[in-house]
Amino acid sequence: MAKRSKAEITLIAAAFLLAAFVLVVPLALIFSFALREGLAVYVANIVEPNTLHAIWLTVMTALIVVPVNIVVGAALAWLVTRFRFRGRQLLISIVELPASMSPIVAGVVYLFLYGGQGLLGPFLQANGWQVMFTPLAIVLVSLFVTAPFAARELIPLMSQQGTEDEEAALSLGANGWQMFWHVTLPNISWALVYGAVLTNARVMGEFGAVSVVSGAIRGQTNTLPLQINLLFNDFNVTGAFAAASTLTLIAVVTLILKSVLESRRHG
Amino acid sequence: MARKNSKHLLPGFGLTVGISLFYITLVILLPIAAMLLKVAGMGLPEFWRIISSRRAIAAYQITFSSAFYATILNGTVGLLLAWVLTRYRFPGRRILDALVDLPFALPTAVAGLVLVTLFADTGWYGQFLEPNGFKVNYTQLGIVLAMAFTSIPFVVRAVQPVLEEVDESLEAAAESLGANRWQVFTHIIWPTIFPAFAGGCVLSFARSLGEFGAVVFIAGNIPGVTEIVSLLIYIRLDEYNYEAAAALAFVLLLVAFLTLVATNALSAWQTRYVERSA
Repeated sequence: MAKRSKAEITLIAAAFLLAAFVLVVPLALIFSFALREGLAVYVANIVEPNTLHAIWLTVMTALIVVPVNIVVGAALAWLVTRFRFRGRQLLISIVELPASMSPIVAGVVYLFLYGGQGLLGPFLQANGWQVMFTPLAIVLVSLFVTAPFAARELIPLMSQQGTEDEEAALSLGANGWQMFWHVTLPNISWALVYGAVLTNARVMGEFGAVSVVSGAIRGQTNTLPLQINLLFNDFNVTGAFAAASTLTLIAVVTLILKSVLESRRHG
Repeated sequence: MARKNSKHLLPGFGLTVGISLFYITLVILLPIAAMLLKVAGMGLPEFWRIISSRRAIAAYQITFSSAFYATILNGTVGLLLAWVLTRYRFPGRRILDALVDLPFALPTAVAGLVLVTLFADTGWYGQFLEPNGFKVNYTQLGIVLAMAFTSIPFVVRAVQPVLEEVDESLEAAAESLGANRWQVFTHIIWPTIFPAFAGGCVLSFARSLGEFGAVVFIAGNIPGVTEIVSLLIYIRLDEYNYEAAAALAFVLLLVAFLTLVATNALSAWQTRYVERSA
């Protein structure tokens, strides 16, 4: 290996120092604070009924939102990469819109549709349908904030891959579904997993939008990020960090999966 | 299925149009339309009164200036990280590369919790900073750091792929003509990566403007001092002042829309640049 220049050594050292202070120390702090009163207290904090319910609600929300947005993302990517039509670019921009707005605005937007002051809220309530401040509202707003995540991964890949494989399958007599299952899906499977991982991380961690629509009712509509906030405001810092450690573990797994999937994609 | 001689050679147009339009209408457009209707229904004078109130203007100033400082910070840090990750090979590079995405993977509420704990007067960082006059929690500095932390990856991930593509023969040519490293950077590398860098900065700025979770933990939320726009909206909702919440949310929505337009323009610029230099 060639001898490193002084500038190179300085820059690499600066990058590591920065990463240590800004990224590694915060990670270490989460687990250090979660465990500072011992393992028994940590476990007790996790299985505390409200925290346990928050974990359950967060996982259920992700289990609904991730598959829906993966299917829709794949349909959308197919549409905009395989066909040329008017309004194509507009369609992509509309799907990108939720990710570019403040999560609070995302929550507000849903409030004015399903809330008591909203467009459909009064009508729905008159017919016995309560959407706002229920888990359904959490699912809907989570769909909204993660709408572009899967499509974002799929569109560049599918436009780069082109349509030759699929056209070949069709000309050999495959029908549409056969072509999709045997040609398209294997080609995009890693990008799909990647999209699912990113969607999942955001859904489980969403705070602003969910805090507007959920009502944050303890033991009912409190997701994990809201529970962390509640515990912190109750001055239960160790409990807050215990709850945070579960989401941090998911974040770390997300990073590892992302790193593995990316190296696989680049061959 | 018979292949018709039409412009749609591949199947699935009808199905995917159906799914996409159904979803976009129900999940994205209908809620946004509901809020726009609410804003349209309140009349221009009332709308103007709300969005130009003293408390709102103070919130815009705090939010925009904090996002601006956070973006400058991230532009510098992002450029450094992107440069080191693409130009040098060293042990631990892949771990560093994966770590850069931590702020995106970590929920914002967790980020806020960690930052407020780190910078508390007895915290791991605060105990050294506060005696030296750097108070972070419950000040604008805290907002800037929270915004910067949650948007670190934008500039890195925007610049990285372009930096990888910079034509090394051009750099070698410049060096053989006697250019020093700094001249190579300012004359060859910087112009090539600038559109991507600017795009990353716009995304970072937009994310900072909208950041809520991390900021509420560290800001202390003092009206006129550390109250950001997102938080003011939240407070108005808590007071059942839905009109004010809708009007302020509309302002943020408009900014988000403008950012989207700016990002599209920048990526078109970058595409043109790449095509021209190819």
